[in-house]
Amino acid sequence: MEDKTVIIKIRQQDDPDSASYWQSFQVPCRHHENVISCLQEIQRNPVTLDGQAVIPVTWDCNCLEEVCGSCTMLINGRVRQACTALVEHLEHPVVLEPMSKFPVIRDLQVDRTRMFENLKKVHAWIDIDGTHDIGEGPVMSDSIRAQRYALSECMSCGCCLEACPQFTRDNTFLGAATFSQVRLFNLHPTGALAKEERLEAVMGEGGITDCGNAQVCVEVCPKNIPLTESIAEIGRQTSLKMIRDLFQK
Amino acid sequence: MPQRRVRAIIIGGGLAGLSAAMKLCERQAEVQIVSFQFLKRSHSVCAQGGINAAIDAKNEGDSPENHFFDTIKGGDFLAHQPLVRDMCFQAPAIIHLLDRIGVPFNRTGEGRLEFRRFGGTLYSRTAFAGATTGQQLVYALDEQVRRHEQNGQVTRFEWHEFLGLVIDPQGICRGAVIQDLRNNKIFTLKGDAVVLATGGPGQVYARSTNSTVNTGAAATQAYLQGARYANGEFIQIHPTAIPGQDKLRLMSESARGEGGRIWVPRTPGDKREPRDIPENERNYFLEEKYPLYGNLVPRDVASREIHDIVFNRNLGVGGEPMVFLDLTHKSREFLEDRLGGIIDIYRKFTGQDPKEVPMRIFPAVHYSMGGLWTDYKDDGHGLIDHGSPRNQATSIPGLYAAGEVDYQYHGANRLGANSLLSCIYTGLMMSRAVINFSKNLGERFEDISSTVFDDAERYWTTRMDSLRRMDGKENPYQLHQDMGSLMLANVLIVRDNKALEKAYYGIQEIEERFKDIKCVDTTHWSNPTPSFINQLYCMIQLSKIITRGALMRDECRGAHFKPDFDLKQPSDFDPYEYLDYLEQKHQGEDVPEYAYPAGHLDYMKRFEENNRKWLKTTIANYQDGEPRISYEEVDTSVVVPRPRKYD
Ligand SMILES: Cc1cc2nc3c(=O)[nH]c(=O)nc-3n(C[C@H](O)[C@H](O)[C@H](O)COP(=O)(O)OP(=O)(O)OC[C@H]3O[C@@H](n4cnc5c(N)ncnc54)[C@H](O)[C@@H]3O)c2cc1C
Ligand code: SF4
Ligand code: SF4
Repeated sequence: MEDKTVIIKIRQQDDPDSASYWQSFQVPCRHHENVISCLQEIQRNPVTLDGQAVIPVTWDCNCLEEVCGSCTMLINGRVRQACTALVEHLEHPVVLEPMSKFPVIRDLQVDRTRMFENLKKVHAWIDIDGTHDIGEGPVMSDSIRAQRYALSECMSCGCCLEACPQFTRDNTFLGAATFSQVRLFNLHPTGALAKEERLEAVMGEGGITDCGNAQVCVEVCPKNIPLTESIAEIGRQTSLKMIRDLFQK
Repeated sequence: MPQRRVRAIIIGGGLAGLSAAMKLCERQAEVQIVSFQFLKRSHSVCAQGGINAAIDAKNEGDSPENHFFDTIKGGDFLAHQPLVRDMCFQAPAIIHLLDRIGVPFNRTGEGRLEFRRFGGTLYSRTAFAGATTGQQLVYALDEQVRRHEQNGQVTRFEWHEFLGLVIDPQGICRGAVIQDLRNNKIFTLKGDAVVLATGGPGQVYARSTNSTVNTGAAATQAYLQGARYANGEFIQIHPTAIPGQDKLRLMSESARGEGGRIWVPRTPGDKREPRDIPENERNYFLEEKYPLYGNLVPRDVASREIHDIVFNRNLGVGGEPMVFLDLTHKSREFLEDRLGGIIDIYRKFTGQDPKEVPMRIFPAVHYSMGGLWTDYKDDGHGLIDHGSPRNQATSIPGLYAAGEVDYQYHGANRLGANSLLSCIYTGLMMSRAVINFSKNLGERFEDISSTVFDDAERYWTTRMDSLRRMDGKENPYQLHQDMGSLMLANVLIVRDNKALEKAYYGIQEIEERFKDIKCVDTTHWSNPTPSFINQLYCMIQLSKIITRGALMRDECRGAHFKPDFDLKQPSDFDPYEYLDYLEQKHQGEDVPEYAYPAGHLDYMKRFEENNRKWLKTTIANYQDGEPRISYEEVDTSVVVPRPRKYD
């Protein structure tokens, strides 16, 4: 095991405006090595495969256990978290690229601000009267809790958006993760008080009707968020709202 | 002075920073919040098991007073009691608030909050959201902060790094120097108060359960600028993590809270599959030694026992430094629902399913009980005067601290599920202190000469430039590894003065090598290396605080274990004997030897004498490049410190 090595080929880019280029590195590969620990190895010894000393690669990461959502990248062409990509299980050489649907900042780092702006657009929070002690929260069945929990594990990693054919750099499509958050907040008894506002936000441009139902989002989600269910449910909620609005006007 | 909103600068968007931001907004302050990454990605998302509050939902007779006592006892009586008591009394309201803002806490049949057991207590006191409680709490609080951002009260500086404090000639903190991590530009933020909520320092060790940004650099920088650092030597080693090379991924205490059992084969080096080892050939060593608390003894105790079974008794699984954490007797559905988050982690990183085979685990560096020294004002009745500007104030006026970065709540050893609580409690509780301090300021930041800010900015621009130009031979990332390995080898579960001295020299050598660093990235765009070199400098200083504090403290207390100074508690000792002994002494009576079983009086005298000497907060001040250590009294005004016992 000790002297095994792996070749890592990385698409790099110095800044948002420059062209990308490829560099390869050979790093030692111990048992249970993952893509992040390989990148750290490169940091400690930034020498390319052909022996050139270079500047280390840059990437984003934090928790290293697939819960913070930072380290999304394309690994052998597939979007996923780098921390759980165990090198022993990957095809070699391992090819790393930044996500393509978000602006590249540098090397493997991209700017996912859009995801967080989308959360604002759909009112992804619960309005409360204040943080002072006004007693218990609403009574809620454990099965509703379980549904909410499954949705609430979304870590805004962006895998689902990278894979989605409708989501492009220059459109305003909100994407599966955002639709799923609408469902999450509408499921909460207090959150539901702002349901109409959320639904309106997903009925406009870039909203739920732009979804082509390709369902590739759900296949790549590392957290197994039931995205197709969410999309169907939000579709249903918006249709009902449309009918309601029609009769109220 | 025309009325304007108080302006608070919060560094850090984990649970402490987010709660402070939310509460300060509600108190009409203007908040600027700074973080390395999107707040939603802060280290607090890693917390798994849950958060404590003595709501007594299961009618076991629990109460905030019990919660208080367990916490104080768990911390070996080193925490200031009114603060801990106030936190425990606020805890139920905090949980209800979190429930109201949408945290998907597990629920009972009636649709109310469900609680589980955790270490160091006999009550079901831990509210939880599956096994990703921290993630769920961060999201709910981040959402509330986003709500206030939408109202224009919050400005987020995500992808920004705090470099240092702006301190005026009177010694008052007036703002912070910040670096934009994209364009690497350096600038200052001005405010009435600065709150450090920058989390713990796990990266001082080569491997830990912590996230990569947890370098402790921000707190250390405050120390370098004059803030006092307290109880640095108290580093919690969590008993159960997956051994690994880049990170030791935690297997939460909730695994044991839900019935997980720790064992090793009775025969050394037994190579059989765990399921083939019959019950009578298994050594459930925690359950055997501690029948009352069993697998849920406090972490310091559990880690030491695992260390002992592996290294002194050579009973590690297959001869390796590992023991089993076994959940296989529980149903798949139960495990999926209650512990799905950690089971996934184990499966993804080891390829094995804990529902089928016992996990192999070992202790890991996890949490810092110590941190920036902070103040408080009690109300004279064993709780806190919430209006006082002293609460959570560091020794630099205008600088506050909250969350893992402060030191006040966990004494010498933290109980599980109390950290999320202390983070949120401090974040909320300090808001009035910050507002009252700001409103009473004579001169406000607008009145301060601009040269104060310009000088601070210039200092950091020059410093980062000089780091970028370092052209020696040492790779900074490798040097970090070397420092962290030194700490792992010498300042861990079992400590002794020779090794600690060696470690201190070792750190000084690292400090020498630091001067010969090569900055491997010299670009000016999204360049992480100069920042890292600066953080490494801070980590070196912090490891000195930890090591010197450990070297000087000649006793055993909580996580700080030095066998040479073990007081050797008799195995049949009952802590109530000690209270009785104190009572008799208090009444002026001569306590005769024969009043207690043989050896007990001697032990109690040793214990009393040791407390007289060591029941003190360690304070580190930065002086001439080294930490100068002094000691300060601990507030024990509510319950009498006594020997701990868990069997
Ligand atoms: C794996 C794991 C599991 C845990 N489980 C539990 C549990 O079940 N229950 C429990 O009670 N506790 C648990 N803990 C402990 C608990 O999670 C932490 O103590 C707590 O989350 C710390 O929160 P915080 O807000 O103080 O800091 P953090 O969440 O660490 O946040 C620090 C913030 O400061 C920012 N920051 C730091 N330095 C700078 C700088 N220089 N410039 C800009 N920004 C900076 C970071 O970006 C981040 O936003 C666990 C810890 C770990 C590691
Ligand atoms: S179903 Fe298809 S179009 Fe709709 S969000 Fe998912 S991937 Fe995109
Ligand atoms: S839904 Fe899944 S893939 Fe999409 S952002 Fe959330 S966690 Fe990532």
